Amino acid sequence: MADVDDGAAAPVSEPLDLVRLCLDEVVFVKLRGDRELKGRLHAYDSHCNLVLGDVEETIYVVEEDEDEDGDETVKVGFD
Amino acid sequence: MLFFSFFKTLVDHEVTVELKNDIQIKGTLKSVDQYLNIKLDDIQVVEELKYPHLSSVKNVFIRGSVVRYVHLPGGAVDTALLEDATRREAAQQAQKTK
Repeated sequence: MADVDDGAAAPVSEPLDLVRLCLDEVVFVKLRGDRELKGRLHAYDSHCNLVLGDVEETIYVVEEDEDEDGDETVKVGFD
Repeated sequence: MLFFSFFKTLVDHEVTVELKNDIQIKGTLKSVDQYLNIKLDDIQVVEELKYPHLSSVKNVFIRGSVVRYVHLPGGAVDTALLEDATRREAAQQAQKTK
């Protein structure tokens, strides 16, 4: 009565089991430092080291411009 | 041990290591240990003009904890094998915590 057929008895009993079900699927990963990755998951370990294929990385950067009144305007955009 | 074993299979391949300070170093992977510390030979810094202080360095030891990404040669990776190895490692990990 396993929830998902993943070969031999492989129950979903801890969070990383959900990651296991995503092997060979395209996953979306949020990282530290306003970075995001989208790619196919080929491997992971208990530290959440990942091997991803065909990855697209998005880095969000904030540009700060100081105009003549000394006000700061903040632009948010893609790198 | 999965990533340690995986990186050992990539020894003598050309990789690009991106550090958390944004420097990217391309070189031949010579050695890796359990902490995923890495030794690279014949290195070349990507965007050398921006990081001139490494231009005379040939070989580096990189502490695993400062690595953000390792860009791998696609052809050197058997993805199906890697996925099976990951499932095996996950099963092993589950055994231990029982």
